[in-house]
Amino acid sequence: MEVIFRIKRFDGGSSYWDEFKVPINMTVLEALFYIKENIDSTLAFRAFCRMGICGSCAIRINKKPMLACETQISKLEKETIELEPLKNFNVIKDLVTDFEGFFKKQKLAKPYLIRKSKGEIQQTPKQLEEYYKYTLCIKCGACVSACPVAKRCLGPAPVVAAHRFNRDSRDEGKEERLKALSDHIWHCHFVSDCSEVCPKNLHPAEVVQKVRLEVLKFNLGW
Amino acid sequence: MKFRYDVVIVGAGLAGMRAAIAIAEKNEDVSVAMVSKTYPTRCHSVCAEGGTAAVFDKEDSLDLHAWDTVKGADFLADQDAVELFVSECPKEILTLDAWGCPWSRTEDGKIALRPFGGQSLNRTVFAKDRTGFHEVHTLYERILQYPNIEIFSEYFLTGLIVENDEIKGLTAIDIKTGELTLFEAKAVILATGGAGRLYGFTTYSHNVTGDGMAVAYRCGVPLKDMEFFQFHPTGLVPSGILMTEACRGEGGYLLNKDKERFMKRYAPEKMELAPRDVVARAMWKEMIEGRALEGEHGLYIALDLTHLGEKKIKARLPLIREAAINFAGIDPVEKPLPIKPVAHYTMGGIHVNKNCETDVKGLYATGEVACISIHGANRLGSNSTSECLVFGRIAGENALDFVLNKDFKLVKEDEFFEEERKIEEIFNKNGSESPYAIKKELNEVMDNYLWIFREESGMKKAVQKIKELKERYKDVKITDKSKSFNTDLIYTIEIGYMLDLAEAVAVCALFRKESRGAHYRLDYQKRDDVNWLKHSLAYKTADGVKVDYAPVTITKWEPVERKY
Repeated sequence: MEVIFRIKRFDGGSSYWDEFKVPINMTVLEALFYIKENIDSTLAFRAFCRMGICGSCAIRINKKPMLACETQISKLEKETIELEPLKNFNVIKDLVTDFEGFFKKQKLAKPYLIRKSKGEIQQTPKQLEEYYKYTLCIKCGACVSACPVAKRCLGPAPVVAAHRFNRDSRDEGKEERLKALSDHIWHCHFVSDCSEVCPKNLHPAEVVQKVRLEVLKFNLGW
Repeated sequence: MKFRYDVVIVGAGLAGMRAAIAIAEKNEDVSVAMVSKTYPTRCHSVCAEGGTAAVFDKEDSLDLHAWDTVKGADFLADQDAVELFVSECPKEILTLDAWGCPWSRTEDGKIALRPFGGQSLNRTVFAKDRTGFHEVHTLYERILQYPNIEIFSEYFLTGLIVENDEIKGLTAIDIKTGELTLFEAKAVILATGGAGRLYGFTTYSHNVTGDGMAVAYRCGVPLKDMEFFQFHPTGLVPSGILMTEACRGEGGYLLNKDKERFMKRYAPEKMELAPRDVVARAMWKEMIEGRALEGEHGLYIALDLTHLGEKKIKARLPLIREAAINFAGIDPVEKPLPIKPVAHYTMGGIHVNKNCETDVKGLYATGEVACISIHGANRLGSNSTSECLVFGRIAGENALDFVLNKDFKLVKEDEFFEEERKIEEIFNKNGSESPYAIKKELNEVMDNYLWIFREESGMKKAVQKIKELKERYKDVKITDKSKSFNTDLIYTIEIGYMLDLAEAVAVCALFRKESRGAHYRLDYQKRDDVNWLKHSLAYKTADGVKVDYAPVTITKWEPVERKY
C-alpha cells in the first residue's frame, strides 16, 4: 500500500510542489528518509532522535504543525498527504526553516533558574509537580507555526519556559522574569491554536493567559 | 568565513555544554565557541533516559561505585580514572540541582535514587525517564547566561588543523550557507558523541556518526578500544528506540516464549539487573536457541511491565509509555513490549588520559567521543551521563588552564585551502555509487559480523567487506549540487567517517583473541588476562589500520572472575 506525498520544495530561489509515492506502513519521517535514500537525495528536512524528544522534525502535515517522527502515515487516513515547512519561520530549503530567531527569543524570557541562595536544596514531589509539566517543551516550533501573531511577539514557547521557572520552588527570579516579559505578551488573541498543535500537550495558550495575569498583577503592585 | 576563539568546543551535548560552562564559570574573558551540527537541545544526549550514577545512599561508598564500575568494565577500565570519576559525580548532581534540573524526589524532598544494572545499591539519580533531556535543557538554559559563550548551531566538522603536534583550529561547513568556515583556536575540545549509526539496529539518533572520532583519527590521533560496543538489552522492535534500563530497575521482567524469567539461568543473583553485556548475551542465546517470541518483525523477547501497574508506570516511566504507544502501538500498562538487544554505546573512542588530553597539545576530547577509559569493556547503565558531566567539566577546566597566557598560532592560507579542496572534491563527486546504498551495506556488515556473538571468519568477512565499501565510496555520487542545507553532501561525508571507524572496530575486534565485556567471541569464549589485559590503540596509516596496545592502570582491584 502506498500514499502520495506532496511536498512543498524551495531551492533558495523558487518554490514548487513535488510528488512522491511512499509506503504507508511507516512514519512520515521514515518516508522522508525513504525518498532521500531511494528517489531524490536532494530533499532537505531535519531529523535527529526519531523518538519525539529532540524537537527537530516539526513540519506542517496537511496544514497542521506536527512531529514527522511521531506521525504514522496510516493514522492520517489520507491517500495524498501534503507536507510543508512550518509557518512564521523563514524557509532555508524544502522543509527546513531558520530557527535562529526562535532560539534568540527564548533568551528574552530568562528561561533559567535564578537563585542566589547557596547550599543543598529540598523540593518535595508535590512542589516538583507544580512545574514539571512545563519542563516538557521540546522547542519544536509547532506552537509558533500555529500562532497568528508570533511574528510580532515572543510566541508561545518562551512564555511556557518562563512559566516553568516561575513555578519552580527553587527559583528566586520571578519578578525579574515578569519584568522581562511585560513588553512581549500582549499580542495574543487567545485563538488557542498553539494548544491545538503542541505535540506534548502543554496547553501554551492557557499558560500565556496565566502569565499575562501575573504580569498584570506585578505591574499593578497587587 | 573565519572566526577566532580561545577555546572551540565541537559538539553541544551534555559533555560539550558542561565543558563550556566550566570555562565561563571560572573566566569571563576567555572566549568560547560551541560549534555543533545540531541546535543544543537537539543533541543525542536528550535520548538518555534512565539516570545518572552518583553516590548518595548512606550505605553506599565511592569505593563501591568504583568497584562496580571496574567489575562492570570486565577490568579493562583505568582505575585511577574511575576513582576520580566516582568522587566527582555527587557534586555534579548538586550543581545541576542548583541550575534547575527537575530531579525526581523522595517524599521528604531529597534527590531520589533508583536501582540500575550492575550497580550494587540504589545509585541512579533520575528525572523520571527523561534524565538526559532534562540535563541537556538545564545546561542549555545555564549557557544562555554567559556572554562569553557563543553558540554556532548547524556547523558540521570537517577537519582539525594541527602543526607540530599542536592544535591551531578546525574547519566546519556552515550548513545553512554551505560555506567552509575556519575556526582558529588555542584549544579545541571534541565532544561530538559516539558512533552508533555504524549499526542498523540502534538506539542512536540519526546524526550520531562519530564525526569527532573520525576527524581526529584522520589526523593521526589513535582510537582506543573500538572493538567494545555496547548492546543494550531493550531496544523497541522494530524501530530500535531505547526502552530504558529503568524499566527493569523499576521491576520489569524479561520473558521468553515460555513466559520464563530466563535471566535466572544466566545471572541468578542480579537477574534482569545484571550488566548489559551479560543480559544482552543471555537474550541473544534465548533467541538463537529457539526460545524467543516471533512477530511480524521477526524474533523478540518480551519486556513485561504490566505487574508494575498504571500508577507507577505513569509516574516513573512516562516517556517509555508514550514511545511504546506511538512507535509500537502497545501500551505497556496492558501488554508486554517486544524488544531485543540493540547497538547503544561506543565504549571506545579518542585516546585521552584522565585530564581529557590527547597527544596533540591543546586538543581535548570528552564524553562518548573519548575513551579515558572508565567504561573498559562494558559500561554500566547511568555511568555515561555522569561521565559527560564530570569529564565535561574536567576537559573545560584543563582547556582553560592551557589557553591562559597563550597566543594563537596562525592558520596559513594554504592550510585552509587544502581543507577547502578536500570538501570541493567530495562535493564534485559524480560517480555511480549511491552513498545511501553503501551505508545500508555497512550497517548490514556491522549487524551481521560485529554484533553480540563474534567469530574469526565473520570478522574477516567484515574487514574485507568494509575495504570494498571504502573502494566503492571513492566512486560516490553527490546528486545535490546546491550550497544551502545540502544534507546530501553532509550525509555522504558522515558515511565516509563511518567507513573509517567501522574498519577500526572490525580490525581491533578481529585481533583481540579473547572474550571480555561486550566483545564476546564464540571461538575464544574466555577472558585472557595474561595476553589481553590491555587497551587497543588503532592508528590510521596509508596501509590501513595499525593496532598497538597500551597497559591498563590498576590501583586497587586485581581482576577476578566476573559473576552476577
